[in-house]
Amino acid sequence: MFFPISNTHIDPIYLAVVGFVIGILGGFFGVGGSFIAGPALRLMGVDWNYAVGTDLAHIVGKSIVAARQHRTLGNVDLKLGLFMAFGTIGGAEAGAQLIQALKRAGNVNTVVSWVAIVVYFSISIFMLWESQKTLRLDKKRRSRRKNADVKKDQSAFGHVTKKIQRLKLWPMIDLPTSGIRQISVWIILLVSFVGGFFSGFLGGGAGYIRMPSMVYVLGIPTHLAVGTDLFEIVISASYGTLTHAIKGNVDILIALVMHTGAVIGAQIGVVATQYFAGPKIRLAFVPLPLIGVAIVIYTLVSGHKF
Amino acid sequence: MNKVGAKSLRVFAIELVIYGAFVTAYVLLVLHLLDKWLYRLETQHRVTYAIVALLLIVGQAVFLDALTTLLFRFLRRFWR
Repeated sequence: MFFPISNTHIDPIYLAVVGFVIGILGGFFGVGGSFIAGPALRLMGVDWNYAVGTDLAHIVGKSIVAARQHRTLGNVDLKLGLFMAFGTIGGAEAGAQLIQALKRAGNVNTVVSWVAIVVYFSISIFMLWESQKTLRLDKKRRSRRKNADVKKDQSAFGHVTKKIQRLKLWPMIDLPTSGIRQISVWIILLVSFVGGFFSGFLGGGAGYIRMPSMVYVLGIPTHLAVGTDLFEIVISASYGTLTHAIKGNVDILIALVMHTGAVIGAQIGVVATQYFAGPKIRLAFVPLPLIGVAIVIYTLVSGHKF
Repeated sequence: MNKVGAKSLRVFAIELVIYGAFVTAYVLLVLHLLDKWLYRLETQHRVTYAIVALLLIVGQAVFLDALTTLLFRFLRRFWR
């Protein structure tokens, strides 16, 4: 089928299946799935600037549904989500501006491909290291205390998180839903700005950056990080869609088709989070960005198209 | 697999088939009706296109979520 806005031919079934897969990932991990969606669109010959903008549009629709379901399950910290939205919007605009600059320079595809490879790969390695360390610690603790709570959320990065939470940079706020007594607003804004920047630059909600940052830097329990991240993605991806569409980077027809698959996938993903402990969710996340890396490398080597 | 699990899986499989049929018809209709208009909008009125694009994806999300919820409820009741 021909999509005139981005000037590409793509099978709608392929788009719906990609949407379905990233719908499951979004519901389960709280990530937009752009590390799959972006490369998957690129594989079909869509330019990176269109892949980034279109993915953002598709993520708005998907995240609305998943965030509502997580809210029903009590997995959303609204106060944190609203604070984060400010930083994310600033970051998303900075990322979108950089894409524009690269578009003008004529090397958007190469630069974004290489940044994507480095970012996705680093995230996988870090989460593999952290979740395995946490699971080993958890095993040791459980062998000492036989009746340990299986679903309790732990992190091997806990000591760093505590140090960050103790930083007294005024203004400080409390996040009772997430169980945080005091944390500097600037740290929340910095974490969300970085996430927003990658959202504007690599597409999607940048949950692959924001979700781990919320767990390891801010110290939010994984289940709450998943739900709050999705809530925040609705706001930031909406802004990202508007700004990218104005810059001519969104093919909404592709986004609409992809989203039909994502709706059903997201339902499965949300239900699945209730059956796994935090470190296991994080460990299962590890291979996903690597799939994105593989696709991006393939498009670079093969000259972008099938 | 226990009885409840098997039943949930069956309901989900049926939901997937019905949803797939609905969505195929919907997508073909939407793409057929909107593609030329959206293309014109994208090339000539970018700001309007941006707003329409956002409204379309949000509207579709709400519509499809309502559709899947209704389908799931109906099938659960039907198989009880």
